[in-house]
Amino acid sequence: MSYSKNIAPSEHHDYLGSKMGMWIFIFTELFLFGGLFLVYAVFRSQYATDFHKAAEETNTFIGTLNTIVLLISSMTVAMSITAIQNNQKGRAIRLLLMTLLLALVFMVNKYFEWGHKFDLKLYPGSQVLTNLPKGELLFFGLYFMMTGLHALHVLVGMILLTLTIFRIKSGRVHAANFSLIENSGLYWHLVDLIWIFLFPMMYLIT
Amino acid sequence: MDLPVPDDVPDNLKKRPMSTEKQHISTNTSHAVVLIILLSLTAISVSMAELHLGALSVAVALIVASIKGTTVLTYFMHLKYESLFFKIMVGGVFVMYLLIIIFLFFDYSFR
Repeated sequence: MSYSKNIAPSEHHDYLGSKMGMWIFIFTELFLFGGLFLVYAVFRSQYATDFHKAAEETNTFIGTLNTIVLLISSMTVAMSITAIQNNQKGRAIRLLLMTLLLALVFMVNKYFEWGHKFDLKLYPGSQVLTNLPKGELLFFGLYFMMTGLHALHVLVGMILLTLTIFRIKSGRVHAANFSLIENSGLYWHLVDLIWIFLFPMMYLIT
Repeated sequence: MDLPVPDDVPDNLKKRPMSTEKQHISTNTSHAVVLIILLSLTAISVSMAELHLGALSVAVALIVASIKGTTVLTYFMHLKYESLFFKIMVGGVFVMYLLIIIFLFFDYSFR
């Protein structure tokens, strides 16, 4: 009976629905960070001089370096999706491994950046921080909150990309079914997108 | 039992199940070009910040960041090649966020 052969429910895959779901999730993430951006904007307008002084403490060099690292990693993810679509499994895996390596570089830089702040006794709840003028305290509170939340997203992205590598290896992600790599890619680009706005707010505008 | 597809079913429904829908495949060259644009914009934004333009520096930094963000959404996140529905959805979210910013500062400026 050819009718039953033509219908294979186990292979059904809602490509469009899966992508749409990912975008809707991305919107919730945008508003999560968007809310924090608003808090920053309001406090910056209220405590302009304090924010100016505190922002000069952040390390522009590490910030710029991490921007470059994240931008390159976004390209390697995009290239790996192209590779999967062209049936180049090995190349796709290599590009994702490169992305993971860049993500690791980002986190190591963040470790040194935060470590230096901690050495200066600048960390949430520290005596030095609580004695600072109110605006500077607010800036550092937002700095740790926002870069910390972003770093958490980098870690989640790394887990997603690792899972994708295993799924490509086992053959469950391929040229005809690449939703997972596309959605992980979208997530990784979101991490990049948020950093694009965090970078000037925390490191450039003084 | 072989069920024939009726003749009046449009061609695009006959042979296009969702998972095999034709995809736009971006080239590696285009990814590299996008990266170079993004890196150049970063260089512009960092060097402008070093000029200490005062109040203008906030505007410059945010404008450059918005251009970079739009580039990531359009090319890396592939919105350029998505259907109009996706574009409207994403555009709508950013318009909504812009409205929130405007209303918030109206509130703060006149209280």
